[in-house]
Amino acid sequence: MRLSALLNRWTLFAAAVLLLALVVDNDYYFTLLNFIGIHTLLVVGLNLLMGYAGQISLGHAAFFGLGAYSSGILTATYHVNPWLALVAGLVICGIAAYLIGVPALKLRGYYLAMATLGFGIIVYIILNEAQKWTGGPSGLAGIPSLAVGGLSFNTPGRLYLLIWPTVGVILALSANLVDSRTGRALRALHDSEAAAESLAVDTARLKLKIFVWSALYASVAGSLYAHTLNFIAPTSFGFMFSIKLVTMVVLGGMASIWGSLLGAAVLTVLPEALAVFHDFEVVIFGLILMVVMIFLPQGLVRGLLDLWEWRRYKREGGHIPV
Amino acid sequence: MPPGAIKAVIGPNGAGKTTLFNVVTGFLTPQGGRVIFKGEELQGLPPHTIAALGVARTFQLVQLFERMTVLENAMVGRHRLSRAGLLAGALRLPGTREEEAAIRRQAWEALEFVGLADRAHQSAAVLPLGLKRMLEIARALALAPTLMLLDEPASGLDARETQRLQEMILALREQGVTILLVEHDMSLTMEVADSIAVLNYGRLIADGPPRYVQKHPEVIAAYLGTDWQA
Repeated sequence: MRLSALLNRWTLFAAAVLLLALVVDNDYYFTLLNFIGIHTLLVVGLNLLMGYAGQISLGHAAFFGLGAYSSGILTATYHVNPWLALVAGLVICGIAAYLIGVPALKLRGYYLAMATLGFGIIVYIILNEAQKWTGGPSGLAGIPSLAVGGLSFNTPGRLYLLIWPTVGVILALSANLVDSRTGRALRALHDSEAAAESLAVDTARLKLKIFVWSALYASVAGSLYAHTLNFIAPTSFGFMFSIKLVTMVVLGGMASIWGSLLGAAVLTVLPEALAVFHDFEVVIFGLILMVVMIFLPQGLVRGLLDLWEWRRYKREGGHIPV
Repeated sequence: MPPGAIKAVIGPNGAGKTTLFNVVTGFLTPQGGRVIFKGEELQGLPPHTIAALGVARTFQLVQLFERMTVLENAMVGRHRLSRAGLLAGALRLPGTREEEAAIRRQAWEALEFVGLADRAHQSAAVLPLGLKRMLEIARALALAPTLMLLDEPASGLDARETQRLQEMILALREQGVTILLVEHDMSLTMEVADSIAVLNYGRLIADGPPRYVQKHPEVIAAYLGTDWQA
């Protein structure tokens, strides 16, 4: 029964992706969907780290930026093959995450958050100051599109067909991971580090592994982002974006793979749909984070299900629904 | 400690029993002295390395993975004896599936041993305390330990559960598991222990079979009191 439930979910996902590809006939909506996809990659990775392993990172945008700039600089300046550049970005991000992770993951709670925050700020400053390489605050232009054979992913509709299958693969990998030996060890260390250690789980190593793994997702997202916009600037990879990602994780639901998709979708569409976001973006994201933490601590999906259950319970005169 | 025996450590609160446990399992590093297990020195090794050598423990304050199911808790116990890494798990490689099946089977066996198989798919958080202690034992047992340290396993258990615990401890010894037990329930301790060490303020004041310890004047003065008669 478990297998069929899973199969259904993935078939549904694939069907939805295909259906949207056929129905949407507007570049604006494809662009929006593409950003939802890229954000989902980031949020799923961050959720593995935050929601499952219980390690807070406030510098996730930095890995997104490293991926984007690796692809951007290598392809625009040095004319490296974009796919090769993507792989190079993965290697760079992986090494950076490893080097940051070794000291940072010895810290706990707020201290880990502060260390990753510091890392994010440092990367942001480097992107701005290393003008010779990055183009500085005015950004890096002329990034080519990705291509397979003769097909160039140079329109929103074509990019959609690249990004969303990638999202599907990453979601599947993540769902597999969570329900594996390593995934159980991750959740175990979140609940009780002492008990996990007592069962031969090397918690320090595991935290480092998942930190690097989540940085790799961010690197893929960064590369796709660079080749989608063909232009990147440091403002996309600052502290504010790290906070947005954390908000997406929390809104979608900690330790929820599919919630990540929802959190990314809602908080990508809302700022587009509501004009107020332009002036008060920081305030609104802060407010969303607060409200969700206080009223829906398990995220939108679980929170709404609970609310629905509670209403049904009240309506049926206080009988617990079976 | 002789292999395959049940050794109990008793003493008044603050005597250093849990500290002894933490030193043996690597949660504390001793300032001096050595911990020898199968000819290897354990002091200074991290807890997960000591666990990997086959030393399992339970906690005085139960430490379950509360957001996981009962079965998943026991499955974490199999971590030591399985290999699949992060990538193998994410890609769900063929070898991983077989290993996963073995993990599940052995986790079920451990649950069956402690009588929790019928609650396998419940959340560990909703178990009553007695069953939480049983799950901790199942989880430790899944690690297939050579040495098992039980830190006050009977506290919070009713008479029937304590009886069941006693049978389990004896069954574990039958399987060749060496057991180090800290327990305040004296009738349980006296029944199951092959020998008892008595600690008082970090000092060993007596060490021997239950009958010897019961009559030891210093033990009676420090811990048992004069009204304990077995």
